[in-house]
Amino acid sequence: MVRKDLLVERRSKETLNALAFFSLLLLFVFQFALGPDRERLAGTLPGLLWLGFILSGLLGLGRTFVVERENDCWEGLLLAPGDKSAIYVGKLAGNLLLMLVIETILLVLFGFFFNLDLTNVLPALAVVIALGTVALAAVGTLFAAMTAHVRARELLFPVLLLPVEVPVLLGTVKATEAVLLGEPLGTVAHWLKLLAVANVIYLTIGVLTFDVVLDG
Amino acid sequence: MAADPLIRVTGLRKAFAGHVVLADVRLEVRAGEAVALLGANGAGKTTLLRILATLTRPSRGTAFVLGHDCARAPERVRPHIGLVAHGAYVYEDLTALENLRFWTALSGLAADGAVLARALAAVELERFAGERVRTFSAGMKRRLSLARFVLARPRVLLLDEPFAGLDQRAKKWLEGYLEAFKAAGGALVMATHSFGRELALADRIVILAARTIALDTPRASMGAEEIARLYRLHTEDGA
Repeated sequence: MVRKDLLVERRSKETLNALAFFSLLLLFVFQFALGPDRERLAGTLPGLLWLGFILSGLLGLGRTFVVERENDCWEGLLLAPGDKSAIYVGKLAGNLLLMLVIETILLVLFGFFFNLDLTNVLPALAVVIALGTVALAAVGTLFAAMTAHVRARELLFPVLLLPVEVPVLLGTVKATEAVLLGEPLGTVAHWLKLLAVANVIYLTIGVLTFDVVLDG
Repeated sequence: MAADPLIRVTGLRKAFAGHVVLADVRLEVRAGEAVALLGANGAGKTTLLRILATLTRPSRGTAFVLGHDCARAPERVRPHIGLVAHGAYVYEDLTALENLRFWTALSGLAADGAVLARALAAVELERFAGERVRTFSAGMKRRLSLARFVLARPRVLLLDEPFAGLDQRAKKWLEGYLEAFKAAGGALVMATHSFGRELALADRIVILAARTIALDTPRASMGAEEIARLYRLHTEDGA
């Protein structure tokens, strides 16, 4: 599933190109809104960073099953014998890869646009981003499947996803804020534990319920 | 004593939001038998196929494929069925070989290069193995869709307008393929509007009208004209 999705994306470049362009636009808007004021930037950067991740994530995750609507491949997935949770894990892995690529691009753009040196905090930041991204992708992949055949899916998808992600967003923004201020990860251990627990819960629900979701 | 039917449908009813599409449908299809399912638009042909394919749940009644309940045990039914509907279940940006490899891997089948190449050769697509499906005609996509069944070897094929949109060569190929499938002991159900090649393949003619099976008769030596007369007799479409 991962190989298939990556091959399709590599050849069509539909999602990656759109998201990269979207990220660039987003950074232009942030730059215009904040200007060169470093103090203002320091207070808002964690929120902006995750706003960028969430917005690009929403666009990318929402398209997870678009390729399956082509030639009724969705039905083919449904009819394939075997454990459907493998499809969920495959789709999730593909989404994670795509999101991590986009987040890396966003991070580089943030450094460039706001003249930030993130080298020292990168390992700790990577841990927070990885935990937050898994949580986002785990629920996003499941909800993308749930809304794949709903008429107002573009509207419904974020409306369903964002409330569920509130604890994750709180944890990631708070942990990112501390990391960007140069504090060690230990000071935000409680947030990291929350993210880890959220990941376990979201992944378990995804694996256990995907079969039912796919069946409609 | 005759062998148990591969498909057994009893007292089947399906309603969508109160609108009854099928009511008290009974049907049996045995190994090596082909059934042509005729009916006007909205007669419920596709709905019946989708119920047998485990994609739609009946409102009442039962549908069994190889003794497994389509509604209660879809996972047991799915390895035994092949559905050829309007979509070909192919990804346009993958090559024919990549598509086949994906579907066989997803179905948990052994899929080394030689096996996949033989399956593509069986549907006369070996020369196009490395070409993207985006460049394929409708007939080629249909053949690629059938290549999956060369590997999975289902016992039951469910076909919705199988010859629609195919050129003469592709029709001839599909006819040969379905004859061979039937001869190997498979059961075929073909939903169709046409009185063409599907009828030549069929052992029985089943006409769906007024939400149920209005006629279920052996085709025997009936010609297309006789079948058309029966169709007109039993359907509003032909009235």
